[in-house]
Amino acid sequence: MVASKKKRFNDTIKAESKDLDFYYADGTQALKKVNLAVYENKITALIGPSGCGKSTFLRSFNRMHDLYPGNRYDGQIILYPDNTNILAKKVDPIEVRMRISMVFQKPNPFPKSIYENVAYGLRVRGERNKHTLDDKVEEALKGASLWEEVKDRLYDLAFNLSGGQQQRLCIARALATEPEIMLFDEPTSALDPIATVNIEELMSELKEKLSILIVTHNMQQAARISDYTAYMYLGELVEHDLTDQIFTNPSKKETEDYITGKFG
Amino acid sequence: MAQQGKAKSLKDLNEIRSLIKKHKKNDFLFAATGMFVIASLTITLIILFLDLIIDGYPKFNLDFFSNYPSRRAARAGILSAWIGSSLVLLVTFFVAVPLGIAAGVYLEEYAKKNWFADLIEINVSNLAGVPSIIYGLLALGLFVYTFDLGQSILTAGLTLALLMLPIVIVSTREAIRAIPIHIREAAFAVGATRWHVVLHHVIPYAYGGILTGVIIGMARAIGETAPVITIGALTFIAFLPPSPIMPEVPFINFEWLDSGFTVLPIQMFNWISRPQHAFHINAAATGAVIIILTALMNGAAIKLRYNVRKKIKW
Repeated sequence: MVASKKKRFNDTIKAESKDLDFYYADGTQALKKVNLAVYENKITALIGPSGCGKSTFLRSFNRMHDLYPGNRYDGQIILYPDNTNILAKKVDPIEVRMRISMVFQKPNPFPKSIYENVAYGLRVRGERNKHTLDDKVEEALKGASLWEEVKDRLYDLAFNLSGGQQQRLCIARALATEPEIMLFDEPTSALDPIATVNIEELMSELKEKLSILIVTHNMQQAARISDYTAYMYLGELVEHDLTDQIFTNPSKKETEDYITGKFG
Repeated sequence: MAQQGKAKSLKDLNEIRSLIKKHKKNDFLFAATGMFVIASLTITLIILFLDLIIDGYPKFNLDFFSNYPSRRAARAGILSAWIGSSLVLLVTFFVAVPLGIAAGVYLEEYAKKNWFADLIEINVSNLAGVPSIIYGLLALGLFVYTFDLGQSILTAGLTLALLMLPIVIVSTREAIRAIPIHIREAAFAVGATRWHVVLHHVIPYAYGGILTGVIIGMARAIGETAPVITIGALTFIAFLPPSPIMPEVPFINFEWLDSGFTVLPIQMFNWISRPQHAFHINAAATGAVIIILTALMNGAAIKLRYNVRKKIKW
C-alpha cells in the first residue's frame, strides 16, 4: 500500500502514520487503522465532518494527547529521513514537539510581549544570545508576514494585536524553531475573510521550507491551498489523493457526497 | 373565528403580563431583602469601627507606637506588640508562601489525579475551616514540646503559617485553574517541559491570584489570638527581640527567632481585661490599628487583582 503510494505520487514522504489507532481515556476509539502520508514541502489537508477524528489525528503528530492521562496510541507515525517512530514510548514527546510545531484553532499568544512570544521556543531550547534571538525573531516574523506591522512595537503585549495578526504571531512562534512539519488545526476558523486570505497565502509560502498538515472545516480552503487532501469519516481514512483529483473526480462515493454537500 | 382567536390571544397577553408582574415582585422582594441584610451588616461594622476610633482617638500619636506597655495606662504603648506582630508575620510569610505555592503547583500540575489526590484536596479545603485554637494546640504539642522551639517568635510564626497554608494552597490552585488550556498547550507545543510551563507561564499568570491569597492569609494571621495564646505568648513585655538586621557583616541574624514576644491582638486582649477605663482606651486604639492594617492589606489584594486582570486577557 505504502509502496504503491510512493509510486502513485512523485513526492517524498516526510512522515506517515501506519495503522494508527487512538483511544481517549474514556475508551472511545477516535482513530481506526489510519494510514496517511504527509509529503515534503506539500500541504496535506484533512477534511471531514465534526467528530471524524481529523483533529485527533493531527494532535497525534506532536503527541499533544500525552498531556492528558489515559489516552492511548496504537500503531506508528514514522518521521523521515531518520525513520523515528514518534509515538514510541522511548521517544520523548518534547523531542517530537521540537521537530513538529503546531498552530491552534484560536489564536493563543502568551500574555507576554510580541518579541517574547516569538522567542519562547528558542528560549526553551536554551538560546540566550541576544543577537541570535533578535535575528531569529525578525526572521520568523518576516516569515509570518508580520514584521512590517510590528517592527516598531516588538515589546508591546501580544493581546493588542488583531485576531489575524495574533494568529500570524502564533505562526511566527511555531516557525522560529525551524520545524520540519507544521500542524494547523483549523487556523482560520476564528478569523475574518481578509485575515483568512492572509493566512492561506502565508501557508503557500511556508511550504517552500517545511511540510504542512492542516485540518480544516472549510472545503474551499482545502481546495484552494492544499496539494493533497484526505477525507476522514468516523475515525477512518476514506480517501487520500491529490487535491485536484479529490475535488474533481473522487474515487469513493462517500467522498463525493461530502464534497458536493449531500452529506456532512 | 378570527375574532375568537384574537380575543383568546388578548386574554393570553393579559395573563402573560400579570405573570411577569408577579415574577418581578419576587425580584423586588429578593433585592430588597439582600439590600437590607448588606446594609445592616455594613452599618454595624462601620459603627463598631467608628466607636473604636472615637474611643481610642486620644492614643493616636507617635508615643503610642513607640512606648512599651506600662502599668500606667497613659504611658502604655504598643511598641513591643507591633514589632512582635511584624516579626511573627515575617516568619509566617517566608514559611507559608513558598510551601503553599509549591503545594498548589504540585497538586495542579504534577500530581496524578486519583483517590489520593482527592483525599488531599478534601483535607486541604477542610483545614481552612478548622478552628484556629486547634492549630494552637497542635503547635503547642509539636513545636513547643516535641521540637522544643519554646514560646518563641519562630513557634508563633510556624503556627500562623499552618493556619495560612490552606488559604495559599487553595488560592494558588484556583488561580492556576483559571489559566486557559490553550495557553498551556501553546507552551507545550513549542517543546516546553512541565517545569518550563510552571516557571514561565503558570506562576507568572497565576501571580495575581496567588498574591491575593497570600495577602488575605496574612490579614487573617495578623488578627489571630487564640493559637498565639495557646503556645504561650507573653502578655506583658517591656523589651524588644534582637534586631534581625545588624550594621556589620553578615547584616542579618536569627537570634530574634528564639525571643519571647507579644502580638497586637494579645496586647489588646490584655488591656481590655483590666478594670481601669484608661486601659480600655488603649485597647480600642489597638483594635483600630489592627482593623486598619487588615483593611489596608485587603485593599492591596483587591488592587493587585485588578491590576493583573487589566494586563492579562485570554
